Amino acid sequence: MKDIEITGRGFLDYAPAPESTSILNLKDSYGLFIDGEFREGSGGAFTTISPATEKPIAEIAIASEADVDAAVQAARNAYRKTWSRMPGADRGKYLFRIARLVQERARELAVAESLDNGKPITESRDTDIPLVAAWFFYYAGWADKLDYAGLGSAPRPLGVAAQVIPWNFPLLMLAWKIAPALAAGNTVVLKPAETTPLSALLFAEILQQADLPPGVVNIVTGAGETGAALVRHPDVDKVAFTGSTSVGREIARTVAGTTKRLTLELGGKAANIVFDDAPIDQAVEGIVNGIFFNQGHVCCAGSRLLVQENVHDEVVDRLKARLSTLRMGDPLDKNTDIGAINSREQLERIRRLSDIGEAEGGERWSAPCDIPQDGFWFAPTIFTGVSTSSTIAREEIFGPVLSVLTFRTPAEAIAKANNTPYGLSAGIWSDKGSKILAVADRLRAGVVWANTFNRFDPASPFGGYKESGYGREGGRHGLGAYLRSGASTEGGKR
Amino acid sequence: MSRLTVPKTYKLFIGGKFPRSESGRTYEVATADGRFLANAAQASRKDARDAVVAARAAVAGWAGATAYNRGQVLYRVAEVLDGRRAQFVDEIAAAEGVTAAVAGRQVDEAVDAWVWYAGWADKFAQVAGAGNPVAGPFFNISVPEPTGVVAIVAPQGGASLAGLVAVVAPALVAGNAVVVVADEAHPLSAVSLAEVLATSDVPGGVVNVLTGSPAEIAPWLAAHSDVNALDLAGAGKLDWVDLEIAAAETLTRVLRPEPGVPERSLDRILAFTETKTVWHTKSLL
Repeated sequence: MKDIEITGRGFLDYAPAPESTSILNLKDSYGLFIDGEFREGSGGAFTTISPATEKPIAEIAIASEADVDAAVQAARNAYRKTWSRMPGADRGKYLFRIARLVQERARELAVAESLDNGKPITESRDTDIPLVAAWFFYYAGWADKLDYAGLGSAPRPLGVAAQVIPWNFPLLMLAWKIAPALAAGNTVVLKPAETTPLSALLFAEILQQADLPPGVVNIVTGAGETGAALVRHPDVDKVAFTGSTSVGREIARTVAGTTKRLTLELGGKAANIVFDDAPIDQAVEGIVNGIFFNQGHVCCAGSRLLVQENVHDEVVDRLKARLSTLRMGDPLDKNTDIGAINSREQLERIRRLSDIGEAEGGERWSAPCDIPQDGFWFAPTIFTGVSTSSTIAREEIFGPVLSVLTFRTPAEAIAKANNTPYGLSAGIWSDKGSKILAVADRLRAGVVWANTFNRFDPASPFGGYKESGYGREGGRHGLGAYLRSGASTEGGKR
Repeated sequence: MSRLTVPKTYKLFIGGKFPRSESGRTYEVATADGRFLANAAQASRKDARDAVVAARAAVAGWAGATAYNRGQVLYRVAEVLDGRRAQFVDEIAAAEGVTAAVAGRQVDEAVDAWVWYAGWADKFAQVAGAGNPVAGPFFNISVPEPTGVVAIVAPQGGASLAGLVAVVAPALVAGNAVVVVADEAHPLSAVSLAEVLATSDVPGGVVNVLTGSPAEIAPWLAAHSDVNALDLAGAGKLDWVDLEIAAAETLTRVLRPEPGVPERSLDRILAFTETKTVWHTKSLL
């Protein structure tokens, strides 16, 4: 093991290679995007900052209840007069246009995303933004093929969709929500997260460039109150939310008793199961990707490492060695592996839960990182000796903190993996295919990655079991979340 | 001189057994014109919780059975039900005040619904699943799996047998276990159906039948954290919004009330499934 322990600084140090921000042409302040144009909000304004420097980026309008109402009305009018009457082929063409415009402005969007969110530019450039384009491209092709979606002939759109998205993948979550909604013929009012509104507002400019009819997509910025006003608006037909389980629960209560359709993509506490016959090098890379990708701000993050007892020490040693090579710092630096924590509030949550982990007897190890002076940072951290009852093995931390547990038999691994109210994702590492398939069958999770982790694709349905929410995003299933079944799936007496 | 009949004691159906309510309570079931028919067990909170425990214990076996096997068991229910057609016709005619012909049509519908849903057991996953063409060297497949324990308020005040089958059968197709609150006013055919289930190779606990007051029992089921899905088909006259709110606490899936006997539909099967997507790397040759 000695030969891979890299503790010294030196030969792996790189000169800074920051991505230029000159490609960005930001305004000092942004209004709300309603009915095809930017307008002032009536709820005041807030400043969005870079979490890496705490420096302000722009002033962002806060949508009041009246603004939300105007946005819903614009969406309703666009639904009635334009979007629901337009041939699917034309809806598809608008989505193709949007996909292309995203590709053309990809670098700019990536820089904006990393600036506002704190994620490394390599991730926004190589993962987030390419997937945004792919999502629009995929659903564009569905718009004129809804009869083939397995929902009977002539499935119908739901109407106005209210969509509330989180801050961890700001533009990607927007794409997951807007692309299927529009392909199915719905119109949209979307609220980006309070700490990451920037890319959604640049996206609004793209919609103008695409000449999308006014009101088809409306973007209202603000905090939780704006989102709540949107969700409870009586003229909304569909609510789609990605975020925490506690807010999801609140939304489910709000929607109860209405005719609104609801899909929820909520928290997770995924088990990443490493068997002793796994390819250990790949598994270590997968563990790192599973929990330290995007600073662990991932609902499907592999935050519980379940490692077979006889390879525990080897896996943990290699993991520590690998983590010691990760570079933390400027999100816009192309050499950066670990960016900034998205907000002070989130940093405090991660710190608090990590302290609890230590207090409850977990053995804490953090990668040796130089923490920048300003901004919000948390070094990649692993806890060994964690038991299933530990707080850090039960609660979603949503940060770069891994809890390591052990198991002896596949049955024990499955029982521990399923021992959570969540059920979003899981990972399995083994070279034995029959074992992988048998374990995958028994995991109560919506996405199972075998010998890989944190893979996303517009063609692949994503979503949770149990308290991780309901409904799927991606693929034909994701389209179904925005459509009412056509007649022929009912009435089995024929 | 006519022979003195031997009336049946109508009890609950929990975990494959026929217990009385632990509360000791019963309520009178009457014909449409008000004559005494029988005493039915009036299920309590404890009975509801026992039923959920039984259902939970039964999920793994039923969900783990092959789809072919589940299909055969559901078809067997149709066979056994059809064989006891006369009993159900009499029971429905007496309880619901309809003619034997109307009652017969209801039994026919119930039998045919079992047959229809039985046939779906090894097909719905092909229709609702997908092989996904992802942009990378991965095998990627999506399959529907059972949600788990489904609590159901059966349609009330109408076609008691057909209504019950219309909500129970689709929930069973994918491998869920069920706790169902029967039609309060016409619970007898539900208990008789439980006898059919008990003799049709349906494993104990896969279907649990409670008779009594849905208004009393449903809140306990809606709030129960080991219930994964809640079908409010027959809850239209209850305070069902409160039930949906209670279900939100553990993100229990909810199907909202609908009038009458629900149509047979694939949607009803899929409402109690979760889609699992499995990715596996392909090596680069």
